[in-house]
Amino acid sequence: MNDSQPTLSVQNLETHFFTKEGVAKAVNGVSFDIAKGEIMGLVGESGSGKSVTGFSIIGLVDPPGEVVGGKVLFNGEDLVQAGEERMRQLRGNRVAMIFQDPMMTLNPVLRVDTQMIETVLAHDKSVSKDEARQRSRDALGQVGIPSPDERLKAYPHQFSGGMRQRVAIAIALLNKPDVIIADEPTTALDVTIQGQILYEAQKLCRETGTALIWITHDLAVVAGLADRISVMYAGRVVEQGKLDDVLDHPVHPYTVGLLGSVPGHNTRGQRLFQIPGMTPSLLKLPPGCAFQERCPRVDGACEADPGITHPVDGRNVRCFHPHLEEAAQ
Amino acid sequence: MTVFIIRRLMQSVLVVFVMSFLVFGGVNLVGDPVEMMVSDEADQEERERVIRSMGLDKPWYVQYGLFVANAAQGDLGKSFVYGEQALGIIVQRMPATFELALAALLMAIVIGIPLGVYSGLNSESRFSKVIMAGSILGFSLPTFWVGLMFIMVFAVMLGWLPSTGRGETVELLGINVSFLTTNGLSHLILPAVNLALFKISLVIRLARAGTREIVHMDFIKFARAKGLSTQRVIMVHLMKNIMIPVVTVLGLEFGGLIAFSVVTETVFAWPGMGKLIIDSIQGLDRPVIVAYLMIIVLVFVVINLVVDVLYSILDPRVRIQDVKG
Amino acid sequence: MNTIAEQVAPIAAASEVKVETPFRRFCTAFLDSKVATTALIVLGILIFMALFAPLISPTNPYDLAVVSILDSKMPPGTKSLDGVTFLLGTDGAGRDLVSAMIYGLRISLGVGVMSGIFAMAIGATVGLIAAYFGGRTENIIMRIVDIQLSFPAILVALILLAILGKGVDKITIALIIVQWAYYARTVRGSALVERNKEYIEAATCLAIGHRRILFRHLLPNCLPPLIVVGTIQTAHAISLEATLSFLGVGLPVSEPSLGLLISNGFDYMLSGKYWISFFPGIALLITIVSINLVGDQLRDVLNPRLER
Repeated sequence: MNDSQPTLSVQNLETHFFTKEGVAKAVNGVSFDIAKGEIMGLVGESGSGKSVTGFSIIGLVDPPGEVVGGKVLFNGEDLVQAGEERMRQLRGNRVAMIFQDPMMTLNPVLRVDTQMIETVLAHDKSVSKDEARQRSRDALGQVGIPSPDERLKAYPHQFSGGMRQRVAIAIALLNKPDVIIADEPTTALDVTIQGQILYEAQKLCRETGTALIWITHDLAVVAGLADRISVMYAGRVVEQGKLDDVLDHPVHPYTVGLLGSVPGHNTRGQRLFQIPGMTPSLLKLPPGCAFQERCPRVDGACEADPGITHPVDGRNVRCFHPHLEEAAQ
Repeated sequence: MTVFIIRRLMQSVLVVFVMSFLVFGGVNLVGDPVEMMVSDEADQEERERVIRSMGLDKPWYVQYGLFVANAAQGDLGKSFVYGEQALGIIVQRMPATFELALAALLMAIVIGIPLGVYSGLNSESRFSKVIMAGSILGFSLPTFWVGLMFIMVFAVMLGWLPSTGRGETVELLGINVSFLTTNGLSHLILPAVNLALFKISLVIRLARAGTREIVHMDFIKFARAKGLSTQRVIMVHLMKNIMIPVVTVLGLEFGGLIAFSVVTETVFAWPGMGKLIIDSIQGLDRPVIVAYLMIIVLVFVVINLVVDVLYSILDPRVRIQDVKG
Repeated sequence: MNTIAEQVAPIAAASEVKVETPFRRFCTAFLDSKVATTALIVLGILIFMALFAPLISPTNPYDLAVVSILDSKMPPGTKSLDGVTFLLGTDGAGRDLVSAMIYGLRISLGVGVMSGIFAMAIGATVGLIAAYFGGRTENIIMRIVDIQLSFPAILVALILLAILGKGVDKITIALIIVQWAYYARTVRGSALVERNKEYIEAATCLAIGHRRILFRHLLPNCLPPLIVVGTIQTAHAISLEATLSFLGVGLPVSEPSLGLLISNGFDYMLSGKYWISFFPGIALLITIVSINLVGDQLRDVLNPRLER
């Protein structure tokens, strides 16, 4: 494995849900690369396909959903083509995932140490149970849980929400994965705890060199965290680039609208801007650009599929009419 | 935990007392046993002698008091029909009933849970649909009729298994059990399966419903995301969660098994408590009826207690209410 | 905090909205299952047969003038001296089995349904009262319900019948006593949920009397689980009555239900005359299975949680 190759390269990923009402194209051609140790923010509203993207990468899309196209190159290996046993070997080992609701993530009837030790033993049979327990203990310490020895013997319901999420992070880190996919891990937590977890997650990833995909609908969360950001809308990445670049000089009309609707100091007292209209149904996407029904810059050209263009260095965008004047600054 | 057990024990004792009162009161209305014991030509003096010897002339509260006092010493009266201690007769026949009930319970667990879990995980497969159809049948078929059919098919037509009665018994820890001999086993199979059929269907449906609900929970997905083998996810993560409702229901149903053995024992002429109670009801043998009911109440109370304790062992959320960190 | 399917569904469902009454939706959903529809049809036929027994039955099995002991224990298909074919044979007393079964069906269904309806009425009322008034009333009522439910139905029924004796009315009463608690618990459960909803609060504010609130407002919304429980419990009641009759503590010989017919045939089984028990058993089986299948489908249709 050479360092210049991205750790994870998602190329034109497509995941469709085959429901009674039709085919919902939840992920409709998503691409992004993640370098070693990089933090990528995957941002979008409900239904944009960001969570499904996460599940597609790790191969946990359940019926009626199915990954129908594209590649997910992990250190050169295509995960989409990998068999179930290969995926099992990778999950929790080289690719880990953290879910949104810490209440339901841990099995309520099993002890914490059981749930941690089994993760170690599932991937390395040569490790003894005591070694595995020691590793678990260290991992708990790493995420800032006090008295880890006692905590190991406890049950999930004896922890608070924030603690549980830390345990989940600890579990994700146990086998020192190359990539962690975090699906809205702080959405269900208090704002103050949220801040702590964000900070610690960032610190850990920097220390261990683990890449992180942070999926969220909250721009504020990624603002302090990510290196790069991908904005998703209706199953596609509409804008992608370095965090500061995108947040300061957004180019896609959707991103512009999104950022414009965030209240701030200088907009105090003014009416909040709202993007008119609603997200289209994933069952009936309009031809071409998915945003056209709500876009102030729409015209006839938008009925064709806008491919990925690079209006500025290091920025990807899917739009025929990007805000170039913004990008130029 | 100990406080919990003590409290439940006290509740149980209270229930036993209340039930004893109800049982006593209720059964005393059952017919007129004097009529049975004396011939029609008996004169008044004869009747009064019988009444006195049986203590039927005393006011009811005295009778109850005597009843309780005697019961505490294990004397629940003499059977009108057999002339022996009612309690003794019942205890003599308990092992047979318990053997049947336990065999049925075992079958319900061993057959029902795997089938139910399989059906829950693969709800669309053909085999799963067969299982579900079978469970509806097992649920709906009246036990006694199935028993009759079993006898008809396996004993009369095919001649594979004996049709009635209990087989040879051997002593195990002082109790006579029949499943340790081949002959005994061959006599045990049909009635046990008959009794178990209803329970198996119940367990299948429970396990299936539980599996379908739990399999979609986040912690199962998380377990898969950790790279655990499917075997471990099902056998450890899923099972432990399913066991809670299954054990609870099974435990409570065990009492039902003992009660329902009444039917199976009648069909297969199995010499247990069930057959005894039917005969006693028809023969108006009051002491036996009373003794039987008291034993049943005791058994139920014990079962409820055991289930409660088991439940708290299986579900740590009930057992431990700790301070959150 | 949604599963993926839940995230996709609302987007997917923003499609056309057809104008449908809830009842029609219910019917379409119910008839979706071929098995349940067949069961419903079968059930309808059985009920019809039970209601019109005298008109349908080939002979009157209780008419002593027709029944002859010489015809007894004939296998299916034999012809009697009068030229009537005994399609399913005769029983120990010479009665045509088909006729006996039809009349037996009438009694089995009648007792089962009758007891079920009364038990439902009593149980539902008690459950509603418990849920609505709460507090100590509720506690006492539910304690009684719990104690009753912790004892197996068959045992309670046995004791009751031992005390009451034989007879159609007595067994109906016993069945009612055995069943009411189950209804009470079900209704109380759903009433508890409904009680906290706003429309009840609104009705109370309008000072509508208790009785009206209970029966006009609360009850209709508790109906779905009640209907499901009702069907399945009726099947149980029928099965229980058959069992009790078989054991000899149920109906008197003069009004044989299917259970008693089976019991009568028990003695002849070991000598190979299986039909006397077999066919009534099949009839019983079909009845109970159809009711259960219908109840199952009702439950699936009326349960919002299983919505896909």
